[in-house]
Amino acid sequence: MAEKILEVKNLKQHFGSIKAVDGISFDVYEGETLGLVGESGCGKSTTGRSIIRLYDITDGEITFQGKNIHGKKSKKELKQFNKEMQMIFQDPYASLNPRMTAGEIIAEGFDIHGMYKNKKERKEKIGTLLESVGLNREHANRYAHEFSGGQRQRIGIARALSLDPSFIIADEPISALDVSIQAQVVNLLRQLQKERGLTYLFIAHDLSMVKYISDRIAVMRRGKIVELGTAEDIYNYPVHPYTKSLLSAIPLPDPISEATRTRIPYEHEEVGDDAKSHEVFPGHFVFGTDAQVKEWYTH
Amino acid sequence: MSENLLEVKNLKINFKTYAGIVQAVRGVNFEVKQGETLCIVGESGSGKSVTSNALMKLIPQPPGIYEEGQILFDGRDLVPMTEKEMTKIRGNEIAMIFQDPMTALNPTMRIGKQIMEVILKHNKNVSKADAKKRAIELIDQVGIPFPEQRFKQYPHEFSGGMRQRIVIAIALAAEPKLLIADEPTTALDVTIQAQIIELMKEIQRTSNTAIIFITHDLGVVANIADRVAVMYAGQIVEYGTANEIFYNPKHPYTWGLLGSMPDLDNDADQLLRTIPGSPPDLIHPPKGDAFAARNEYAMQIDYEQDPPMFEVSATHFAKTWLLHPDAPNVPVPEAVRKRIEGYIQKNKEAGIDLGKVGE
Repeated sequence: MAEKILEVKNLKQHFGSIKAVDGISFDVYEGETLGLVGESGCGKSTTGRSIIRLYDITDGEITFQGKNIHGKKSKKELKQFNKEMQMIFQDPYASLNPRMTAGEIIAEGFDIHGMYKNKKERKEKIGTLLESVGLNREHANRYAHEFSGGQRQRIGIARALSLDPSFIIADEPISALDVSIQAQVVNLLRQLQKERGLTYLFIAHDLSMVKYISDRIAVMRRGKIVELGTAEDIYNYPVHPYTKSLLSAIPLPDPISEATRTRIPYEHEEVGDDAKSHEVFPGHFVFGTDAQVKEWYTH
Repeated sequence: MSENLLEVKNLKINFKTYAGIVQAVRGVNFEVKQGETLCIVGESGSGKSVTSNALMKLIPQPPGIYEEGQILFDGRDLVPMTEKEMTKIRGNEIAMIFQDPMTALNPTMRIGKQIMEVILKHNKNVSKADAKKRAIELIDQVGIPFPEQRFKQYPHEFSGGMRQRIVIAIALAAEPKLLIADEPTTALDVTIQAQIIELMKEIQRTSNTAIIFITHDLGVVANIADRVAVMYAGQIVEYGTANEIFYNPKHPYTWGLLGSMPDLDNDADQLLRTIPGSPPDLIHPPKGDAFAARNEYAMQIDYEQDPPMFEVSATHFAKTWLLHPDAPNVPVPEAVRKRIEGYIQKNKEAGIDLGKVGE
């Protein structure tokens, strides 16, 4: 197995009395895509934002490339961290500054980090980045409103790539896009991962897309990870009733089986303090009490 | 076969803008029978929402222009009707559900009162007490527990899924013959989406309401549609029964849509099929087939002449030159064909008789 690039241990993120993320632990390995799924309000975006230091965490520890990311940091260390970890946002309309050209947006990162020798090199870098995400060099002088949603998301991706990071958090990067454009962006993300050896934390609620792009998947519900395993295991051998319920709700483009299949409703079962993560088989974790997990597993 | 409740004939809707005239809907034909569900699928800007709003005469004029065409509802043409005449039809005979339940509800009014308002407005002979009874029945019917207590609550006290149920209750209050649902589940989580769709199907079974369901999610379409209209650049490019569209798609755009959706059994090593480029500008619609520029199978004629609707079967039509007798034989793309065969195989194993579909 590859090296761990990120370790999250007992992460808690409370906003007042709201426990948005309530003690979750997981690792991300170099070069993989970890899918983080769940319904609105489950804490998946908060998790992503805590990892990239948009929030000060309530409790727990996040280690990135062997260093605790929430510890005290010198300016230099922070700069290095920001370079290594980047984020792609959901809304390509809101995440680009309307007063900046695509070129300025992409170059902002390397302006700060001084990553070029002269203007010519800067221009060249912008051009290469635009091309690597499937846009043209000429697009550098255009403003955000001159692009379509899919193109804007490509600019967002180019910006994330500009500092040559090793880890990218993609927070619902395709849910605001049309179906045919979603596929374009997902293919682009996969191709870039191959070329640059990127590691992704892919946050989404669209389970079929997550299954497609992820190596492993973590299912969140009410601030907890209820199940974590390889994409194949989660989809073919789900253990937790919530995962089963989620999977049964995905509509498939197959009218005949849609007419006959039944959805599994999820009845929330209270979990006591003795609930913990159980490894039901290697690499496949289920959250619950001993008795619950035993019952789910034998079913 | 029952009578057509709604017939839309050659509907054209334009919008005047500073940049020029946008031809949002460019000659759309379809019909809806009583008790059936027609799904209109398409991407943003394909004209699906404009079409559905046009049916309710909700297009503001100006800037909107009903350029041409007829909307025959129960035999009457809605296009020339005055606003006063339309008020009698809206809500009463045709009701609409929107994407965002919060904006569809009045935040300062108890939900019971919002439902009662519709009942009282549409039936002058109903007493207030009866209207209240009916409203509570409706809240119960859309699957909200404790209807008496819920009757007195405000919209903010409900979750997103529950709010959409209330919007459905309001839409049903006047017992409409046609329900238009514009992306009613897009803002909801998958498990809630499944519940709302179940509810709409249940309502249809009991009240025989016709439904026009607008969505971009093909999975949802497969679940709810009897018939499907695929829209692209303001036109219907393929039209058929759900089985025909999903198991025997003919239009390259439909192939693209089906191919770009990942599937749970998809081979993870394969890239998704994409539709290159983006939709055309409808101020200056391209000459010929509007899809030509994004169509890998486009022929010379696609850039010159707009294709007619070719008949595939009595219920299945597609607007592509590929169906012309002189066109080369272009098979369904490998990835899409494999997937369809997979579904058919799976259904066969489950013992479901498929008859002739998928051939």
